[in-house]
Amino acid sequence: MTQKYRLATGGLIDRRVTVPFTFDGKAMTGHAGDTLASALLANGVHLVGRSFKYHRPRGIVSAGAEEPNALVGVGRDEGHYTPNLRATQVELYHGLRAESQNRTPSLERDVGSITDRLWRFFPAGFYYKTFMWPKGAWTKFFEPRIRAIAGLGRSPAAPDAARYAQIYAHCDVLVIGAGPAGLSAALAAAETGARVILCDEQPQFGGALLAEPGQSAWLAEQRARLAGFANITMLPRTIAFGYFPHNMIGLAQDLTDHQGETSDDAPRGRLWQVRAKQVITATGAIERPLVFPDNDRPGIMLADAARTYVERYAVKPGNRAVVFTAHDDAYRAAVSLHEAGVTIAAIVDLRESPEGPCLDAARAAGLPIRTHATIIGTEGNLRVAAVSVATIGAANAERIACDLVLMSGGFTPSVHLFSQSRGKLAFDPALDAFIPGTPAEPTIAAGAASGCQSLEAAIASGRAAGLSATGQAVAAPVAETVAAGFLGEVPHGRDPASVRAFVDFQNDVTAKDITLALAEGFRSIEHVKRYTTTGMATDQGKTSNMNALGIVSKSLGVPIPSIGTTTFRMPYTPIPFGYFAGYARGDLFEPVRETPIHAWAAEQGAVFEDVSLWKRARYFPRGAETMHEAVARECAAVRAGVGLFDASTLGKIEITGPDAAEFLNRMYVNAWTKLKPGRLRYGILLREDGFIIDDGVVGRIADDRFHVTTTTGGAARVLNMMEDYLQTEFTDLKVWLTSTTEQYAVIAVQGPRAREVIAPLVEDADISAAAMPHMSVVECRVAGVPARLFRVSFTGELGFEINVPADYGRAVWEAIDQAGQTHGIVPYGTETMHVLRAEKGYIIVGQETDGTATPDDVGLTWAIGKAKPDFVGKRALARTALASQTDRKQLVGLLTADPAEVLEEGAHLVADPAQPIPMTMLGHVTSSYWSAALNRSIALAMVRNGRARIGETLHVPLPGRSVAVTLTDPVFYDPEGARLDG
Amino acid sequence: MLVISCPYCGDRPEIEFSYGGEAHVVRAPASVTDEEWTAFLYQRSNARGSYAERWRHAHGCGRFFNARRNTVTDFFEQTYKIGEAPA
Ligand SMILES: [Zn+2]
Repeated sequence: MTQKYRLATGGLIDRRVTVPFTFDGKAMTGHAGDTLASALLANGVHLVGRSFKYHRPRGIVSAGAEEPNALVGVGRDEGHYTPNLRATQVELYHGLRAESQNRTPSLERDVGSITDRLWRFFPAGFYYKTFMWPKGAWTKFFEPRIRAIAGLGRSPAAPDAARYAQIYAHCDVLVIGAGPAGLSAALAAAETGARVILCDEQPQFGGALLAEPGQSAWLAEQRARLAGFANITMLPRTIAFGYFPHNMIGLAQDLTDHQGETSDDAPRGRLWQVRAKQVITATGAIERPLVFPDNDRPGIMLADAARTYVERYAVKPGNRAVVFTAHDDAYRAAVSLHEAGVTIAAIVDLRESPEGPCLDAARAAGLPIRTHATIIGTEGNLRVAAVSVATIGAANAERIACDLVLMSGGFTPSVHLFSQSRGKLAFDPALDAFIPGTPAEPTIAAGAASGCQSLEAAIASGRAAGLSATGQAVAAPVAETVAAGFLGEVPHGRDPASVRAFVDFQNDVTAKDITLALAEGFRSIEHVKRYTTTGMATDQGKTSNMNALGIVSKSLGVPIPSIGTTTFRMPYTPIPFGYFAGYARGDLFEPVRETPIHAWAAEQGAVFEDVSLWKRARYFPRGAETMHEAVARECAAVRAGVGLFDASTLGKIEITGPDAAEFLNRMYVNAWTKLKPGRLRYGILLREDGFIIDDGVVGRIADDRFHVTTTTGGAARVLNMMEDYLQTEFTDLKVWLTSTTEQYAVIAVQGPRAREVIAPLVEDADISAAAMPHMSVVECRVAGVPARLFRVSFTGELGFEINVPADYGRAVWEAIDQAGQTHGIVPYGTETMHVLRAEKGYIIVGQETDGTATPDDVGLTWAIGKAKPDFVGKRALARTALASQTDRKQLVGLLTADPAEVLEEGAHLVADPAQPIPMTMLGHVTSSYWSAALNRSIALAMVRNGRARIGETLHVPLPGRSVAVTLTDPVFYDPEGARLDG
Repeated sequence: MLVISCPYCGDRPEIEFSYGGEAHVVRAPASVTDEEWTAFLYQRSNARGSYAERWRHAHGCGRFFNARRNTVTDFFEQTYKIGEAPA
């Protein structure tokens, strides 16, 4: 197809560069400097999409970010496919592949358009009214079908193959928008030496002036001046999408997207998080459509957009145009199109007697003008073919054939970012629009975004904003007379129930929908918006919100300022998720913590599990062993001989200082004063509300030094809690806290032969049973490495935990493994550790406890230092409500009637499994395993008044059956603790 | 993202900090009644407007400090060290 609507001269396109592209598979060409929309128009294509709800044929309406209709999917493959892009913002590149959306099988013949014939059955709120019955039909029947036909683009079927960059930046002044106001603001601020960032969504700076050939000299001069300032960072192709608190602005910068199908080595785009001392929003204004019957046919577009296609892109958007306006600016568009060879069949002006230089120019060009007139209907299926024009209030209409309709209801300042910053909007009655009022952040609006309409006023307001943002004196603003235009549904004299005059093109909301919502009693604009969905599409009502307000205002007889406006939310335009994910994908999604032993375990074929950010060896399968088989073997090896376990992930905190013991007294439930150096104690930490938050073994290394261990997941939380009390509550104590989690590797050697294995490796310490009893610690050397050697057991067997500097962890581990070979040493993982500790009834915080368990609930009252005057949680435990509660859940053991039955963790316990649902729950299973040592299943549970129920039988209801369980003491294995001494 | 002025380090972005709840809540002694203890443990003023609260420069100097923030505007009126009185 040739570019038969391309003008021979003019525009900012480069005719020497022909750019091939496809749209729905059809090959076409454009030129460098085109957008997809301008290239389509150059090829005579207006029909680019089907509407969301009614599947009406839709064309290009605008030339910018406000585009409601021309949404396309672009990309060479699924990994590079982006749906819902506005064709008006997509820069054309060689080989661009675009497809239209929401049509089956093609734009021209779309089966979904049946909904258009049935439009009377799809009124506002039809979801709420229609599909409420029968029960279940919505999710099973209606919703999938409605979703299939109502919609925008499709999601890409493959992960995003592009890379994305992210950057933080700071500046004195961020100027958003590089039109005449933004350019003037940036230059005025830069003159003071301020650090300025100037961003604009377009590939070139200039804003509206890019479509003003008469201003090209002024624009060139400003650009040359910009280049002279080293303190201005210029960011073209960069959309300011979000205004965050304390003047942080989110920018999305297109880096390679516009270059087309390039390598993925270079990032596609970059997310900027800019912290600005001052922000200047010079974001322009958006022209409003007029709301008239059938105003949505392809070929009906905004007047200023049509002028932009002529002046900037050298494209004739049609051959014969009717201009429908309530604002002088459309006359400029009419003259532009006329000079480009478009026949202006009529200018239809809603106003009674408009006058001014724009009208004079149109008259001088001989263009036919009809004032006090309106369009009461249009014709044409895939493209507008004619309009019916009538004098307002008159019955007779004149049919005027055309292939293009320009409309202008005036201009709405783009206050989106200002509104996002929580600045208060002010209604300007001269403009019939909201403009920025009282700001909430250090922000200034300039140019058309602040309500200016003339170039002189925009430049002056931009300069004033730049000066003001840098603390300079500001001249008085340039006086100008602004014009409002028209809001709401135009008069057309037809039965309002039988016409469709679209307000929100993207969500298919008509004037009738809004009046219906009002008739049904909705009053708040926020409710009308949600009920009708007006302004709720991806364009956030950029072209529709003011017309919706106008209809509400007229219908209710309430002035617009009393109705208020809806809230603008980020993003200003949709931004691909990749920008926000940035580098945090794949291996960089989340840090991975590996212990010093990790590589050894991996070499041995360990299967790992995630425990918070840690990778922990779960079991070490041999040959074709299943997890069950491996765990049974590992358990047996520890109980019968000796096992080796990597406990390096345990949290570790070194507490030092003259008041270290007193600090522990106040933090933990236990008594610490009398703990001698060289001894260990099992500590329990509560929150102030009396519930267990952490536990761990604490060693006293010296009078003023403790080695505290925490749970793997709780290390950071516990240190933060300790710092909190130390810094803010117990400020009288001289104590220092240091995290040593990453500094020590911890090697657990457990089993009756543990001492025999390590004894030959230990220097400078006597580890005999007499010299080193259970729960003691000694500083010594192990395999030649300085170590803190704990005699401690989480298995019930004789055991040691060897703390060595992390860098020596693997060497010491291998030395022990080597020394243990003659004793049959076996490495074991977390799964075996869990089984062994459950056999002993040792709790795991976070598994047996859930943030509502007291020490007594889990049978640990013995640990509490009762003589202490205070500790964190002590007062809460004494609360009457807690202390008097007789049916608290308590830790018990469970034995199933069938020893082969391993219960599900989380299963509930009831007294009578035959009782009606909902049953009375008495407790739940917290841990459940196969015990190799007992050759049967075991479980731990938290059961109401459980200790008093020991010996009773309860039931676990399961689908179709129930399992009987006997409550027992939670210590299943070696209840006397005889094995601790080997 | 807020800018928070650590009294030790200066202005830093919010992601460096963790929140610590209302400030100047005095930990009740063990001798108080159940009602007084419950009030200490659970009841906060949740002020609309100026609110004294604790922050920790968790990914910085690690220090806790106090702040007065306007909960309507999200702007800080001041930050000050633990033990200091608000200005
Ligand atoms: Zn700090």
